[in-house]
Formats: sequence, C-alpha cells, structure tokens
Amino acid sequence: MKNHMTRFRESYFFYSFKRDKVAMASFFILLIFLLMSASAPLISPYDPYDSHNIDIMNSEMPPSWYDEGSPEFLLGTDNMGRDLLSTMIYGLRISVLIGIGAVLLQAFIGILVGLTAGYVGGKVDAVLMRVADIQFSFPYLMVAIFISAIFQILFGIGSYEKMAVPLLIVIIGLAEWPVYARTIRASVMGEKNKEYVEAARVIGLSRPVIMIRHVLPNTLTSVMVISTIQVANAVMSEAALSFLGLGMPVTMPSLGSLIKSGFEYIFSGSWWITIFPGLFLILFVLVINLLGDWLRDVLNPKLYKG
Amino acid sequence: MFAFIVRRITQALFVMLIISMIGFAIKNKIGDPVRDLVGERVTPAEREQLRDKLGLNDPFFTQYSRFLKNALQGDLGHSFFYKKPALSVIVAKAPATIELVLGAAFIIILVSLPLGVYTALRPRSFFSRMVMGFSTLGVSIPVFLTAIMLIYIFGVQLNWLPSYGRGETVDIFGNGWWQSGFLTRDGLLHLILPCFALASIMLPLFIRLIRSEMMEVLETEYIKYAWAKGLNPMRIWLVHAFKNTLLPVVTVFGVQIGIMFAFTILTETVFQWQGMGYMFLEAVERSDISLLIAYLIVVGSVFVIVNTVVDIIYGFINPTVRIAGRT
Repeated sequence: MKNHMTRFRESYFFYSFKRDKVAMASFFILLIFLLMSASAPLISPYDPYDSHNIDIMNSEMPPSWYDEGSPEFLLGTDNMGRDLLSTMIYGLRISVLIGIGAVLLQAFIGILVGLTAGYVGGKVDAVLMRVADIQFSFPYLMVAIFISAIFQILFGIGSYEKMAVPLLIVIIGLAEWPVYARTIRASVMGEKNKEYVEAARVIGLSRPVIMIRHVLPNTLTSVMVISTIQVANAVMSEAALSFLGLGMPVTMPSLGSLIKSGFEYIFSGSWWITIFPGLFLILFVLVINLLGDWLRDVLNPKLYKG
Repeated sequence: MFAFIVRRITQALFVMLIISMIGFAIKNKIGDPVRDLVGERVTPAEREQLRDKLGLNDPFFTQYSRFLKNALQGDLGHSFFYKKPALSVIVAKAPATIELVLGAAFIIILVSLPLGVYTALRPRSFFSRMVMGFSTLGVSIPVFLTAIMLIYIFGVQLNWLPSYGRGETVDIFGNGWWQSGFLTRDGLLHLILPCFALASIMLPLFIRLIRSEMMEVLETEYIKYAWAKGLNPMRIWLVHAFKNTLLPVVTVFGVQIGIMFAFTILTETVFQWQGMGYMFLEAVERSDISLLIAYLIVVGSVFVIVNTVVDIIYGFINPTVRIAGRT
C-alpha cells in the first residue's frame, strides 16, 4: 500500500495536478459538492421530504439578509415553504445520483458495444457502429427528451414520477452511450494488433478473456477522460428534462425541477428560488468540466473526435 | 463522386425507414387512433367495429406499410387535440421556430467570427483570455438558465425588452401561414432575448473551433511564405488564412443548425414561443401521440437531410472523404 502511495506521489499525474491551481481548486470544490450530496441528511438544516417541517405560511421568504427574511432560513424558502438550502442540498444529491448512475449505464453499454465491435470486427463491427452512428447523428438531448416523453405517456405521469430516478438513469444512459462505444472502439482498434494481444492469443486464451483482461484495461485512459465530461453532460440533461417537466417531480426536486418551480415566481420578484439552485448547478457542472479539460490535457489519449 | 452520392442517399433513406418504423411501433403500442377520431364517448362495441373498419386489427407489417404509404403522401396521422392533420399543425408552427433558429444563427456568425479570429491572432492578450474564460463558463450554463437570467435582467429588472411571446407579426405570403416577426419593430424586439439565449449554447463551441482552425492555418508554410513576401498583415490574415479556416467551420455549422432545433424545445418553453418545440411539450401533456410521432418524423427528416447535404458538399470539397468511405 505504501509503495503505491509513493509511486502515486512521484507520478507525472500528481505532479501536474499540484502545479495546476485551477485543477486543484476544481477538485476541492467538486469534493465538497460530493461530500455534501453524500451526507445530505446530516448537514442540511431541515428535511425537505418531511411534511412536518413544511409550513405553507413560510413560502417565498427571501434570503436571511433581507428585512423580510428570517434567520431560520439562510437562503430563504421556496414556493412550498421548504428551506431552500436544504432543498438544494437534497436536489444536488438527486442530480449527482442520476448523473453517476446514467454514466455507469452508458459506460456499460458503450464498453460492451465498443469492445465487441472493435475486437470482433467485420460484419458485427459494421452493424454495431452503424447503429451508434445513426444515433450519434441526432443530438443526445433530443433523444433523451423524446424517450422521456414516450415513457411519461406510457406509464402515466403519476407512476412516472414515482419511478423518476431509475427511469431518468435509463433515459440518459440510452441517449448517450454512442460516445463511449465510438471512443472504446477507436482505442481497441489501436490496441488489438499489438504484440501482447498476439501473445495472449498464441497462449490460447479465449476471446472474452483477451477482450476483458487484456485489451479493456488499456482503453481505460480514454474512458476516464470522457467519463468526467459525461457526468457533467448527464447532470445537464437531467436538469433540462426536469425543467421541461419530464424529470423529477416537485415533491422530490432535483436542481432542475427546483429551477422550474422557481421560474413561475420570478416575475413576482422571488428570484432566489431560481437563481440559487441555478448558480449551484452552474458551479457544479463548471468544476467537472474544468477537471475534465485538465484530465484530457494530462492524459492526452487520442480521443475519437465526434 | 456519383457512387458516393448514391451511397449517402441510400443510407439516408435507410435511416428514415428506421425512424418511421420506431415511430410507428410507438404509435401502434401506446397510441389510440379511435380516441383520436371520436374521443372517449363511444361504446366498446362501436369502438371495436371502428377498429375493424380502420384496419387496426391487421398484422403489424400490413399496418406499417399502410402507415408508410400515407406518410409518403404527406399524411402523418391526425392530431387528437387540434382535430387537424398532424402535419398541418406542425407546418403552421414551423415559421416561428425557423425564425428563432435563423436569428440565433445570425447572432452566432456575427459574434463568433470576429472573436474567434481575434483570439487566434492575439492568443495571449487579456481580452482573448477573457473570451476563452467566458466560453468555458458558457459551456457549463444550461440554456434554460441563460434564458431565465436574460428574462430576469432585461425583462423584469430593467424592463427593456419583452420576455414572452412573439409580439406583432406580419403575414408574408398573404395566406396567413408565415407570420413573420422580422418585419416589425415589436416583432424584432421580441426576437432579441430568445435568439441570444439560443445562440449562447453554440457560441463557445464556434469561438473555439474558429480559433483552433485559424491557429492551425497560421502555422502552415504558405502563410510563412506570404509573410516572407512582405504582404500586408491584414491581407495575410483575412484573405490567405481566414478563407482556409472557413471550410471546416461551414460544415460544422450545417450540422449544428440541426442540433439547434433540439434546443428550441427548451428556449421556446421559457419564452412561451409558439413554435414546434412548445407544441411538442403541449402534445406530451395532452398525450397526443399522433402529433408526437409526426414531430419525430419531421424533425428526423430535417436532421437526415441536413446531415446528408453537408456530407455531400463536403465530399465535393474534400476528395479524401469519398475515397476513405469506399473500403
């Protein structure tokens, strides 16, 4: 274990991380966000899902530094009388959950398809990649909006909202997998003619073993780079779907649905219900994007440009 | 070249066939054409009779080929809410969306070209760094938040610009179809905020693209030769270098215009802009399946056509594409 730590500390990766102030700052902010979402029940002042804490008389209270604000609610309350800060932390938790879940799903599908297509080649490759290309030629947000619209009509709005978290993971996962498939395939194509693969084949290892144990680990650099950016994309897609009313319900809001419910009150001057969750979302996505940019520059894999 | 065009068009037709099949499968599974026609107040017996008459109990592929035949003749089904053919509902809503996209495209060209070129020529200047910083920030802001902030600042706080609807429009062709906001002052004022919001998603991408292409061109031999000849810097930058950065930019622009149609759903929702995107969301709320499927097919065709045309044009300009694809 100690050996690993020293190796990591002397690596180029850690060295360039220490030298880049933007990357360090983004990493720590991201860490804070992740800790916040993981420990939401412990750190948020109120439980926004508990109806005992909600008093409709408290609705639309401005942040505490305003005259009409109350010190009980630091960032004010939303239109249902929930403490905005607590609701935001819980909303972040849902956004993070969906973002990571969706990326795991799309990585799973994408790795499966990309690995098979790249390693098997021939007709299988042509068919799989044609499917990926066709889907890729449509913007993923459009695909996600359409799938969620169909799901919502299919299940009815009530049960859709009950199953919203797993459904959104599936929707966003299905909408964005071609990115992974294309990247993995490109790196597999580069790896599969190298000598170590040849050697593995000569020993008589089976195809799945070579694919998973030998080729896959060597494509993981590019997976890591796109995964960071894809988490940001998935969080944005979730926010967009929720804003359109195709995502999380108001009773269990993500950042996107919180912004949506606040938008109806912005004309009456209650800007905080929209702006605070909005800034929260922007900062979260921004630090992931900055970290992703840095990661891409350091690891510099030959990404498949889409 | 001819073979390339044929292959590209076959591929496009194939994609359209798949889209129509997906659309029909959805419609067949969850749609209810009987309700689309007569509403809810019909007895089950009459309903069954009507289903037989409409051929809804036929095998899947018989129904699908009928759907395809109708679709080719421009009949994409009947909207349950509007009581009109779905295609004519979409066509009626299209001008609003097209004007929004055109306005946004205009802003993108106007802003990204000078900024992209400038940041490439002076990459280390303070202004260039600011532009690049803003473009990183811009990528991270969802379009609906940009739209809301624009509304809050210019609509609610400053009260300079109208924040919803299309304002006063003019009937261009005299038959009430294309209501244009481009020709009146009020219509133009209503266009400003939505167009900027829509343009904001693409701006960072284009500034970066133009910048990197331009920087690449500036490193080439023929530019060095032009410097050695002692040409006027303006001439080198604008005539020699800039012209050659345009090719990739134009192709990307073609595809991105298609992608902007997707984002109109979000922009139109925020600004209550009566276009196709707004109609789409209303159709979801009303479970108007026929209209949804018609929208899927129309937008799908727009994408396929744009992609195919861009590819073919690119094939004309850049011969390596059509040779590489032949294997």
